[in-house]
Amino acid sequence: KFSYFIKLLLSARDMIRSIRACKTAAEERAVVRKECAAIRAAISENDQDYRHRNLAKLMFIHMLGYPTHFGQMECLKLIASPGFPEKRIGYLGLMLLLDERQEVLMLVTNSIKQDLNHTNQYIVGLALCALGNICSAEMARDLAPEVERLLQFRDPNIRKKAALCTIRIIKKVPDLAENFINPAAALLKEKHHGVLLTGVQLCTDMCKVSTEALEYFKKKCIDGLVKVLKDLANSPYAPEYDISGITDPFLQIRLLRLLRVLGQGDADTSDTMNDILAQVATKTESNKNAGNAILYECVATIMSIEDNSGLRVLAVNILGRFLSSRDNNIRYVALNMLMKAITLDTQAVQRQRATILECVKDPDASIRKRALELVYLLVNESNVKSLTKELVDYLEVSDQEFKGDLTAKICSIVEKFSPEKIWYIDQMLKVLSEAGNYVKDEVWHALIVVITNASNLHGYTVRSLYKAVQTAGEQETLVRVAVWCIGEYGEMLVGSAGVLDIEDPITVTEADAVDVVEAAIKRHPLDLTTRAMCLIALLKLSSRFPSCSKRINDIVLHHKGSLVLELQQRAIEFSSIIGRHEKIRSALVERMPVLDEVTYTGRRAGSVPAAVSTSQGAPPRIPNGVAKPTSAPLVDLLDLSSDETPAPSSFGGDFLQDLLGVDVSPASSKGTNQTQKSGTDVLLDLLSIGTPPAQSSSSTLDMLSPSQDNKSSVDILNTLASPSTTPSAQASSPAGISPMMDLLNGFGPSPSGPETNGPTYPSVVAFESSSLKMTFNFSKEPGNPQTTLIEAQFANKSPNIYSNFVFQAAVPKFLQLHLEPASSNTLPASGNGSITQKLRVSNSQHGKKSLVMRIRINYKVNDKDVLEEGQVNNFPRGL
Amino acid sequence: MIRFILLQNRQGKTRLAKYYIPLEESEKHKVEYEVHRLVVNRDPKFTNFVEFRTHKVIYRRYAGLFFSLCVDITDNELAYLESIHLFVEILDHFFSNVCELDLVFNFHKVYLILDEFILAGELQETSKKAIIERMGELEKLD
Repeated sequence: KFSYFIKLLLSARDMIRSIRACKTAAEERAVVRKECAAIRAAISENDQDYRHRNLAKLMFIHMLGYPTHFGQMECLKLIASPGFPEKRIGYLGLMLLLDERQEVLMLVTNSIKQDLNHTNQYIVGLALCALGNICSAEMARDLAPEVERLLQFRDPNIRKKAALCTIRIIKKVPDLAENFINPAAALLKEKHHGVLLTGVQLCTDMCKVSTEALEYFKKKCIDGLVKVLKDLANSPYAPEYDISGITDPFLQIRLLRLLRVLGQGDADTSDTMNDILAQVATKTESNKNAGNAILYECVATIMSIEDNSGLRVLAVNILGRFLSSRDNNIRYVALNMLMKAITLDTQAVQRQRATILECVKDPDASIRKRALELVYLLVNESNVKSLTKELVDYLEVSDQEFKGDLTAKICSIVEKFSPEKIWYIDQMLKVLSEAGNYVKDEVWHALIVVITNASNLHGYTVRSLYKAVQTAGEQETLVRVAVWCIGEYGEMLVGSAGVLDIEDPITVTEADAVDVVEAAIKRHPLDLTTRAMCLIALLKLSSRFPSCSKRINDIVLHHKGSLVLELQQRAIEFSSIIGRHEKIRSALVERMPVLDEVTYTGRRAGSVPAAVSTSQGAPPRIPNGVAKPTSAPLVDLLDLSSDETPAPSSFGGDFLQDLLGVDVSPASSKGTNQTQKSGTDVLLDLLSIGTPPAQSSSSTLDMLSPSQDNKSSVDILNTLASPSTTPSAQASSPAGISPMMDLLNGFGPSPSGPETNGPTYPSVVAFESSSLKMTFNFSKEPGNPQTTLIEAQFANKSPNIYSNFVFQAAVPKFLQLHLEPASSNTLPASGNGSITQKLRVSNSQHGKKSLVMRIRINYKVNDKDVLEEGQVNNFPRGL
Repeated sequence: MIRFILLQNRQGKTRLAKYYIPLEESEKHKVEYEVHRLVVNRDPKFTNFVEFRTHKVIYRRYAGLFFSLCVDITDNELAYLESIHLFVEILDHFFSNVCELDLVFNFHKVYLILDEFILAGELQETSKKAIIERMGELEKLD
């Protein structure tokens, strides 16, 4: 035997040596090939003598990464041999070269069965080991009875192997678990640590697949388990099982886990373990990893079983201590566990907030990530400001890889918990300045929505943005938002409108404002979105700052040769407006209407609200009609397919059709006569700019032509008639076809007030609800029977003030409607004041059809948005 | 449970690979490559735990060898860290100041020791003394 052994070793050693001596991969391959060939030959000759050695060599070759399937049958032959050494190598080879999915494995079943019944317990051990590591479901079924018997074998080494083997069996064939309940429970009474350990593990896994087992162990084994754990915890020094001064921490941990499984969801069972858990939690030494491992498991158990607030507090305290540990591992597991604890006892975790915040700045990336998640879960109304400040401060110094996550979380927190708009805007500006390039599109779009809704903050916002771009101009997203705002609120920037107490006043000239946009367009030569936004901002500024018009035109013209079609087209068209169509320019670039926040968030959530309270403005997804990088951005944006029936959008057009059942006529800018094609279309298209594809294609307006063709452009700014803040040069154009020239050049000065003459008409209560009353007073312009001047008066019937009051109206195609700005946006309560607003309606079917109007009123009361809608049908006849 | 155990040196050579879940040979090679890449570059200041696919790897470096355990995501990391250390202590005792070469030339013995320590992906015995004694008995039979 001895010499056999030597022969084996030497030969295998020789091979290993010669492989290690190889200097290149090619050399190694050559040696391996030679050896494999020799082994193959030996196999085919059914060589007995060197089978053992050859398999050993084969295993080594396998470990190097070479294919060795031809050796599989050799394993079987060796296993079938009578001697221990052969069997040992055979089983070893089996476990290394095969796995449960191979059919060859089935052939071994019989050998294993015999070996499980062998008189030599070491051979029994070999078989159990192989079975436990790689058996398949069929083998499990076949050999379960043998294993069950072996759970009660006299030798503890066999019992523990059998226990673990059983784990595999019940995982492969869960139905068999029932057979093992009793023998498994018996193991829990053992004294031998190895058997106890494996027995506990077996019972734990059995509970996962069999409720019967779970119930049985709960009933019969709890007290025993608690006692074992107690004895271990109180154990004096036991050299054989001592690790860092603790007796068999592995067993203690497994016991804690089994207790967890048994105590979950069961208050009575949980009660029985309270004492031992408290003892372990308080008495276990935590200066070494072994002790901390036990504490960790103990905390996990406390968190999972039925509530005992005393224990929970203990547990969270342990986690708090862990968080301050210098050991990274400990901090990491603490953060993990705190995520779970937060659902059970938020207060306790809140107390650890400061330490958790420190972990956000940890050098270890996985600790940072977890800590950030945790912080996110801890944010509430009362701590949002201080937490956000910490996070934003950290944003400045954080790693590049982390900035993305951090930015996303900050934006999410800010959006969710923002107590007031000005704070939201401030935080977002900070984030944009620091990490704008990480901010996602939806986020800065949402910011713009909020900005439009904060009308009292427009001046503050545009000034803050102006300041920010001076220092953080490389952040494209910041630049986009800034450019948009400067375009919209440019006059407020220059005119220092709405300065808040907290602001440092700055002086910005028109030229300064234009400088910013010009710089932006130059600085980001590759960014189509930014440049496109700049162009339209410039168009707006050319209207708001007429003195800069020439300069702006030059800047715009610079791009008329752009190779990007989008920019080229915009440049040419805008330049054309600036140069030759001054009269309609201001109308075109009037202030955008307030974008509806509710709708926007609803859309973001993925669902367009079923109710018809959708925004009347451009969905901010593409503010200012920025072309999305789709395959045909131009088509969408500029509505070049407007010759055909435009595709119905999910938004604008259909909604409008639905709402009104009629076409809309705009208050300000005009659509055109669609019989005129080319030039008209260009203008139409032009007017669609600033509207997302959704809107622009939904052209439903046609106010001038009585033709039934439905194709017309939508006024980008007001789809429903809304008051414009800059009174535009509205002409009360007569109904009927106007040639193109008239449209562009024929605008007269603002309509004069209706000095009324002619027949008087009685006032009507046009709309009334429980909270609001709207009265219409009528008059006619002398000599203009088709046109009616209406003065709308709103009264607040409730005891609460209405703010952000906006009235809108829509009329059918044969009518033309114009709204003037309202007297105010705030409607005092209980009728202690009113808002008035003037309307003018022209009736092309005067005498044949009566006036009819759909109205919509938005306002804010007690911080809630309210929408009221209705139809006015009670116009006096003859209007 | 433990899904697999790997012993790899800094160059990525596998000195021991034990799988308790079935994997194709090609998949095993891929796994070994990925795990090695994960652990070999990690800063020693970082935790000994790395996320790996839908599980996690607990690892520790001893001289030129990385000992890696892939376990379920719900397992106790600190406990497995402790078990790695116990395994190293057993090897150290058995080979009397173990070095990488011992493991190379005696790979079949290393597997034998491992099979006395872990079975079916779970711990089998926590007493170093018991395992060493058992190994003694087994050697006599060979």
